[in-house]
Amino acid sequence: MEQREVRMGDFGSEGAVFWQAARAGRFILPKCIDCGQVHWYPRAVCPFCLSSEIGWQESRGLGHVYASTFFRRTDAPYVIAYVELDEGPRMLTTIVTGDVASISIGQRVQIHFAADDTVNGAYPVFRPIGAS
Amino acid sequence: MNGVPQIVGAFEHPTRLAPDKTVAQLHAEAARGALADAGLTKDDVDGYFCSGDAPGGALSMANYLNLRLRHCDTLDVGGSSAVAQVAQACAAIQMGKCNVALITQAGRPKSLGVTTGTKKIVKDSLAPDVIWELPYAVPNVANYALVAARHFYEFGTTSEQLAWVRVAASHHAQHNPNAVLRKLVTVDDVLQSPLISDPLHRLDCCLITDGGGAIVVARNEIAVSLRRPAIRLRGAGLALKHQEAGAIDLTYSAAAQSGREAFSQAGIDAADIRYASIYDSFTITVIIQLEDLGFCPKGKGGAFVADGNLIANVGRLAVNTDGGGLCNNHPANRGGITKVIEAVRQLRQEAVPAVQVKNCELACVQATGGHMATRHASATLILERT
Repeated sequence: MEQREVRMGDFGSEGAVFWQAARAGRFILPKCIDCGQVHWYPRAVCPFCLSSEIGWQESRGLGHVYASTFFRRTDAPYVIAYVELDEGPRMLTTIVTGDVASISIGQRVQIHFAADDTVNGAYPVFRPIGAS
Repeated sequence: MNGVPQIVGAFEHPTRLAPDKTVAQLHAEAARGALADAGLTKDDVDGYFCSGDAPGGALSMANYLNLRLRHCDTLDVGGSSAVAQVAQACAAIQMGKCNVALITQAGRPKSLGVTTGTKKIVKDSLAPDVIWELPYAVPNVANYALVAARHFYEFGTTSEQLAWVRVAASHHAQHNPNAVLRKLVTVDDVLQSPLISDPLHRLDCCLITDGGGAIVVARNEIAVSLRRPAIRLRGAGLALKHQEAGAIDLTYSAAAQSGREAFSQAGIDAADIRYASIYDSFTITVIIQLEDLGFCPKGKGGAFVADGNLIANVGRLAVNTDGGGLCNNHPANRGGITKVIEAVRQLRQEAVPAVQVKNCELACVQATGGHMATRHASATLILERT
């Protein structure tokens, strides 16, 4: 099976606005100007009405865990989850926590940007609310 | 039924580890086996069906096999491809596009050391979702663990119930001399195997094997002359399910749609089925699909599979009597072709006697391809011996 290295250049400009905001620590969600719906993941063409008029709305990045799993088969086990944002969309992400046993469905979480030197400089992860 | 094509050849490559073979060679050896089973030769084939596991695609494989084709189909819906292609082959024959359709699937991920379950592998870096998911490195097992976690939460499903899927597979595999894992396991064995991605244990996960298989479908007039048991497609469905722009619901699969179409076309329902091949990439995969196909109500899959209910001649529904991907074979990391092959064995009364379902005249073949918690396809077939 082919394994390819993924480079930023492969992706063009479609997510550029999002990643630029992410690097500045801001979480923004794509919202179609024509149909008014918020979607995830961000696209240049609205997945509800195929409009190209996509705006962005600021988000506090609050939500709750819709599903989560603690993936152990690696040197540094981590929590993978779908987080349901208060704005509605469910996004695939990781939960950063020192206490994996405390992560369960329904747990309130808030966004946090993790540094990433391979793809986009910063990417969204979540932390349990109340945790340090 | 006179005009309906028949499945006339089916062959599962006996290898599970092929360090000295190429993938093209495995496809060819599988093709040879299925054509011999049908009583046909390579030169009878005028339609070829392969998918993403075929090296170089249809062009290179047709060249390698030296096929003279007037039809081909390269539908790639992951592990469900070969199942979907049985229906595509029947449709192509009925449209007059070909007379003898050959479907092959093969690969050697075992020899290549592909850790597809536990490492994220990017097959197509141009896929638009890659950049939004790559940072989280979601391996296959974690993808399905998310589905299991939500199922546990919504319906009270337990690890013990999941384990019963594996127990049934091992009961069947003990009778299959080619199966990789022939040792009987208990619910406790599954629960005591290491957690890989909560709540999935190691024994909730399928095998990685080299190998492959092939199916031959023929125009009815040709099939009749071959004097093979008449196995026909009575209903088929294909559906896709994905993240729905953020509205993903992990409690059901695309099998809800493909199953509805297949059963509706066949004019029967799940209650009429006593043998089913159900893609078992993970134990949870089986439970979700059984629910979606209507073998039990949504959320009751855990209870349905418990207490040996999937064991042939013990439970209500015999599932994967070859031992499935969990214990027998999972070539190319695609479970589709072996699911069709075991259903054909059951319908021909050629399964191992200990697991043969008596008077098996109808079989359901169900596979999902891709990843259930992100993007997947589902193909359902209702096959009948007439």
